[in-house]
Amino acid sequence: MFRIEETDENNFDLHLSPEEQDLLARLGDQLRDLLLQGDSDALVRLFPPAYTQDEEKEAEFRKLMRDDLLAGKLNAIEVVEQTAAAQSVTAEQLHAWMTAINDLRLVLGTVLDVTEDMDDVPANDPRAEQFALYGYLSSLLAEIVEALGGW
Amino acid sequence: MTTLAPVEVIDTGSDEELAEDRPWVVIVWNDPINLMAYVTFVFQKLFGYSREKATALMMDVHHKGRAVVSSGNREKAELDVFRLHEHGLWATMQHDE
Repeated sequence: MFRIEETDENNFDLHLSPEEQDLLARLGDQLRDLLLQGDSDALVRLFPPAYTQDEEKEAEFRKLMRDDLLAGKLNAIEVVEQTAAAQSVTAEQLHAWMTAINDLRLVLGTVLDVTEDMDDVPANDPRAEQFALYGYLSSLLAEIVEALGGW
Repeated sequence: MTTLAPVEVIDTGSDEELAEDRPWVVIVWNDPINLMAYVTFVFQKLFGYSREKATALMMDVHHKGRAVVSSGNREKAELDVFRLHEHGLWATMQHDE
């Protein structure tokens, strides 16, 4: 069964287990803490540079955009927390789920230093649990994209 | 009868100002984290591209390492980069080469 099911153009039913609902709310909480702490290497992919050849313009861009970018990410987390246990969400809410879950993947993927052709991690690897979580978020994201894109 | 003398156009803009008028391009770079279907969907959603065009751009990013996804003046390019960053894509901007 699909976890996300389009009921009409603007509404989607969610079929998540209570464990998944808890997990997503908890991960959102952790991401918010990390974002509010600010300066962490795990966040590099969430705040990439716009200008790589012009420090002055890059500084201007950051000054202008960083707060808005942060606010958008925090808002998406809030939507996930508020609707984690919901039976259905709107397209706009599901879009927030999509960006928040992708941000979680970006943080985990950065910490785990994932590569494109990564082999399965052996079960006794100390990072096995984090890789499993990364895989879970990837499959959930793929389902969300599929639902939103009408694929 | 009078003749109009040709008006000499004096360019008061500095080289830098002239450079600012050149179009900017927004580039999305390949990364090992973002899913292919996700990147395609973001291109469709943000730029209104057809599924076909968005997929072709995504494949360029994947195989060539980068693709120009939009262009325009500095303001537009900055906004596009911001929206791509909102969606976690690795986007930068530079002058058209």
